[in-house]
Amino acid sequence: MSQIQNILNEKILVLDGAMGTMIQRHNFSEEDYRGEQFKDFHTTVKGNNDMLSITQPEAIKEIHRKYFNAGADIVETNTFSSTTIGMADYDMEDWVYQLNYESAKIAKEVAEEYKISEPNKPRFVAGSIGPTNRTASMSPDVNDPGFRAVTFDDLRVAYKQQVEALVDGGVDVLLVETVFDTLNAKAALFAIEEINDEKGLNIPIMVSGTITDASGRTLSGQTAEAFLISVSHIELMTVGFNCALGANQLTPYLQIVSDKAPFGISAHPNAGLPNAFGEYDETPEQMAGQIKEYLEKGLINIIGGCCGTTPEHIKAIADVAKDYKPRLVEQIH
Amino acid sequence: MNSDNNQPTTNNRKPLRLSGLEPLIIDENSNFINVGERTNVAGSRKFLRLVKEEKFDEALAIARHQVEGGAQIVDINMDDGLIDGKEAMIRFLNLIAAEPDISRVPMMIDSSKWEIIEAGLQVVQGKCVVNSISLKEGEEEFISHAKKIKRYGAAVIVMAFDEVGQADTYERRIEIAKRSYNILVDKVNFPPEDIIFDLNIFPVATGMEEHRKNAIDFIEATRWVRQNLPHVSVSGGVSNVSFSFRGNNGVREAMHSVFLYYAIEAGMNMGIVNPSMLEVYDDIPKDLLEHVEDVILDRRDDATERLLDFAETVKGSKKEQVVDLSWREEPLQDRITRALVKGIDEYIVADVEEARLIADEPIEVIEINLMTGMNVVGDLFGAGKMFLPQVVKSARVMKKAVAYLLPFIEDSKGGDQQTNGKILMATVKGDVHDIGKNIVGVVLACNNYEIVDLGVMVPPEKIIETAKEHNVDVIGLSGLITPSLDEMVYLAKEMERLNFKLPLMIGGATTSKAHTSVKIDPQYENAVVHVNDASRAVTVVGDLLNKKTSEKYKSDLKLDYDEFRTRFLSRTKKKKLVSLDIARNNKFKIDWNSTEIKKPNKLGVYALEHITLEELLPFIDWSPFFRSWDLHGKYPEILKDNVVGKQATELFADAQKLLKEIVSKKLLKTKAIFGLFPANTINDDDIEVDVRSSAEGNTSEGKYIFRTLRQQLDKREGRPNYALSDFIAPKESGVQDYMGCFCVSTGFGTKELAEKYEAEHDDYSAIMVKALADRFAEAYAEYLHKEIRTNYWGYTASENLSNDDLIKESYKGIRPAPGYPSCPDHTEKLTIWEVLNVKENIGVELTDSLAMWPAASVSGYYFGNKEAKYFGLGKITQEQVADFAIRKGIDLKEAMKWLNPNIVD
Repeated sequence: MSQIQNILNEKILVLDGAMGTMIQRHNFSEEDYRGEQFKDFHTTVKGNNDMLSITQPEAIKEIHRKYFNAGADIVETNTFSSTTIGMADYDMEDWVYQLNYESAKIAKEVAEEYKISEPNKPRFVAGSIGPTNRTASMSPDVNDPGFRAVTFDDLRVAYKQQVEALVDGGVDVLLVETVFDTLNAKAALFAIEEINDEKGLNIPIMVSGTITDASGRTLSGQTAEAFLISVSHIELMTVGFNCALGANQLTPYLQIVSDKAPFGISAHPNAGLPNAFGEYDETPEQMAGQIKEYLEKGLINIIGGCCGTTPEHIKAIADVAKDYKPRLVEQIH
Repeated sequence: MNSDNNQPTTNNRKPLRLSGLEPLIIDENSNFINVGERTNVAGSRKFLRLVKEEKFDEALAIARHQVEGGAQIVDINMDDGLIDGKEAMIRFLNLIAAEPDISRVPMMIDSSKWEIIEAGLQVVQGKCVVNSISLKEGEEEFISHAKKIKRYGAAVIVMAFDEVGQADTYERRIEIAKRSYNILVDKVNFPPEDIIFDLNIFPVATGMEEHRKNAIDFIEATRWVRQNLPHVSVSGGVSNVSFSFRGNNGVREAMHSVFLYYAIEAGMNMGIVNPSMLEVYDDIPKDLLEHVEDVILDRRDDATERLLDFAETVKGSKKEQVVDLSWREEPLQDRITRALVKGIDEYIVADVEEARLIADEPIEVIEINLMTGMNVVGDLFGAGKMFLPQVVKSARVMKKAVAYLLPFIEDSKGGDQQTNGKILMATVKGDVHDIGKNIVGVVLACNNYEIVDLGVMVPPEKIIETAKEHNVDVIGLSGLITPSLDEMVYLAKEMERLNFKLPLMIGGATTSKAHTSVKIDPQYENAVVHVNDASRAVTVVGDLLNKKTSEKYKSDLKLDYDEFRTRFLSRTKKKKLVSLDIARNNKFKIDWNSTEIKKPNKLGVYALEHITLEELLPFIDWSPFFRSWDLHGKYPEILKDNVVGKQATELFADAQKLLKEIVSKKLLKTKAIFGLFPANTINDDDIEVDVRSSAEGNTSEGKYIFRTLRQQLDKREGRPNYALSDFIAPKESGVQDYMGCFCVSTGFGTKELAEKYEAEHDDYSAIMVKALADRFAEAYAEYLHKEIRTNYWGYTASENLSNDDLIKESYKGIRPAPGYPSCPDHTEKLTIWEVLNVKENIGVELTDSLAMWPAASVSGYYFGNKEAKYFGLGKITQEQVADFAIRKGIDLKEAMKWLNPNIVD
């Protein structure tokens, strides 16, 4: 068992908050995005947040530092969209290895900084693996429900590249997150297993689904329990949910997976539901208050934040979480 | 079951967990799991045929039927030499993924070919079952496939089959199961609860000695497996056991029941069973039961002979099915909902009466019973699971029901019906087209909006007045011809002037988001929204009237249209126009000395009244008919379309029925008039036709001039700026040329027929009548054009002699219509009306906006030159408008009004 899995049984681990929200505060220009390496790149790249790991590494490192300082035990790499599929929007498919490798490397460097100052609180890096912008089990064309814009194999190959680079860059955990189509996640898990096999590794895996609305289903239509069953063929470190909903709305679904899963449970909800302007306005105190309910029910092993959450939110959450014991992971296997 | 000692060890058994969109947990508390098997090309001829013919809609219906019938897993098999099994598996599973009714249950991917299994595993998000793998090809392949299956996250059926062959005895079954289990659990680390054994169900009572123990061996092997191989499941295909009694369903049903009774007791927990081929164990007659049990359990040496003899007395199944009216036995609300969803109106009055007798107030039948059903319809339509023609049929059922209830409601002085809102619908002044408007009205009514329909040719004052009087919530305007666009702009201005706050909805064939955003939206401070199909109308109106979110929706709309307008205007400005002189210099040039010009066989004006509807049938183009019902695709392919094919086929069948009636009873009248005249182009863009020289039938006199309009777009080198006048020889060439014009109508009778149906609360047929009349009018225009080419004018007299393919190739000449892209100027119709004396001769009239009445009419010109072609005028400059006004002798303002859609901004 890896170090992080041992700690998981002792305390609730805190995951970081939103990366995008923090990047926005910098108001980077097109030039900032391009930096030195891409100054002559042939197309507009502003908005490609993942490339900032290469062109503005100090800014990204500072964000990681802020979250660690706020009390996070785990930070996510800045690689949510770093697959050939996600990077196609910016013609940057050829940089996928570098994007993931550098992102993992700088996050790990920041984590190492804390070894000296706080040797008793190890910091971890989770490789963030997003859903891509395509779905393998739904058609984007309403007139042709049998059509698929991406296949399992397209996804498997793309994820494999990402996973390999993240692992080479030194991540401690892989986090398959914001799963709105379980088939995409299954392709990612397939790729991870292939890398584990090829490299003789056993990297801990977190899977985090997304319940899109009050229907209690993923975008691809599965209930929380069906989703859990569909990803349970792999030995996971944790399973849980993130994004789309605030902490309050997520409770019933966490309860379901907590009741049924032989794995740890994670949650990183949004700072509430978006308001009329698409902004998340739940305060750190409000969010921490709701999360306290999870903790009292003993549902959680890893807790963090998604859209709209900031170091202030993570601090408030960490302050609450430290007083509670983690959910007991039932050893079925 | 009382054999406690032999119960399988179920304590601490790990459940088998599967998933579709929903979970399926199979544990010791689960009942027998029924696997649907009709979606198997090897087992169902019908399914095979549908897959072969790519009728996937119907194939999906089979899958849906199974799930509705209680199948908890759906087995899919595409192993057939004549189909591409891999592709069919992917296609069908992808289509199933889009059907939540089916994909809620786990799939079973069934193939003897690994590549098909793997293809299936790659397209299913849930945890499915692979059917099957075995040791047949040796351990190595078995392990490699099992590893892959585990990595894809599926459970697996393992056949009792090894390198030697299929297990057919108790001992062999146990031997192979044990070996397979050990390999899977120890070497592959396969979760034992994800293993399902198929221990081979073979027929009994075949007459062969070695088959006597087939059933009991299976049952006993099942018992052993469940007791000795922890956590596994046992499955099998049950119908095999009774194979030798094919044709005698009574016996087969009893055999299945008896077999299952003992197999389930022994631990078989899932299997492929046709539920309609199953008798209730306790209902099996005692004598039959005894004979069947003798065979299944191998209790007597002469069991087979005795059952064979006895079987002669058991005639068939007692569950032979006739027309399925079982839904009539369901609870009242279910019947009403079903009638509305399926559009069945036969029983609705009886059902509604039943509901009325129970209800406290008659109004409740509408508010509760009918609205419950209509909400289901609305949801299904919103989710894209019902199509427009079905919804209109639902509305027919609804209307019948409401019509029946109204007298009771009035008697009981029931309060006002609570609706979602009141929508005013109107086809604007000068326009007569209302098919689209009526469909939108019906669909909105289905969604519980009250519709105030002012019909066609509604003057703006009346719209304003009615909106106030009825206190409506939304105004919906419709129009098909271009002048209607200006009417809509005018109405928007009026609404602004009168300080209206209501949202304005714009629809109809010539309307567009571009026109709405550029011309209408800026005139009205409140919400204006363009809606061009009925399915969107419901969501748009819902958003407009949603108390909580409408303000945001409306302000978003304003922003959206503002942005669209800005983008549109910046884009269109890029197109450069040239002066009229330059355009005229760049006209399309025909060599008048060498081009072939044929003098028409018949000059002058002729009216036709003897053409029957039957003669027009072959000329009908059906594709636009489907379009008018929001079903998109080309005829006849649309009938087989994956998405809309079923609906298109039903709609087409309904249309054919009505068509037959119209044709046989001559419910529509055909009328046509045309004229062919000497003609020459004068002053570049005008065509002078000489009506004097024409012979019989002529009621007009003198010379008339058709005014054409010229393209002004800055063309690439070598591309001309067309005007229709380019296709006629100029006077100065000295060549005598000819042209023609025409008007056909099949609209007489439409109104009466539609009104008859409306009175019967049958909007579906009323809309259908109008849609068919339109098709007939177009068909008549097509028919007449052919007659002109081959007969009256006769410039391609040989056309008749050629076959269909040649006809297409030798199709020379055009028949452009005023109001369409080659000559957007509607006022040219006035000239045609004068030249042909259309109104007096055949009764077709022109409205204020120059729409034809009856609506199912077509008019236009004939140009016979082989170089004549259709083109789009595009944008023109003020210069040409002024020139046109002078040529035509009308004032500039009027010219601008008519040409407005084509004038560059």
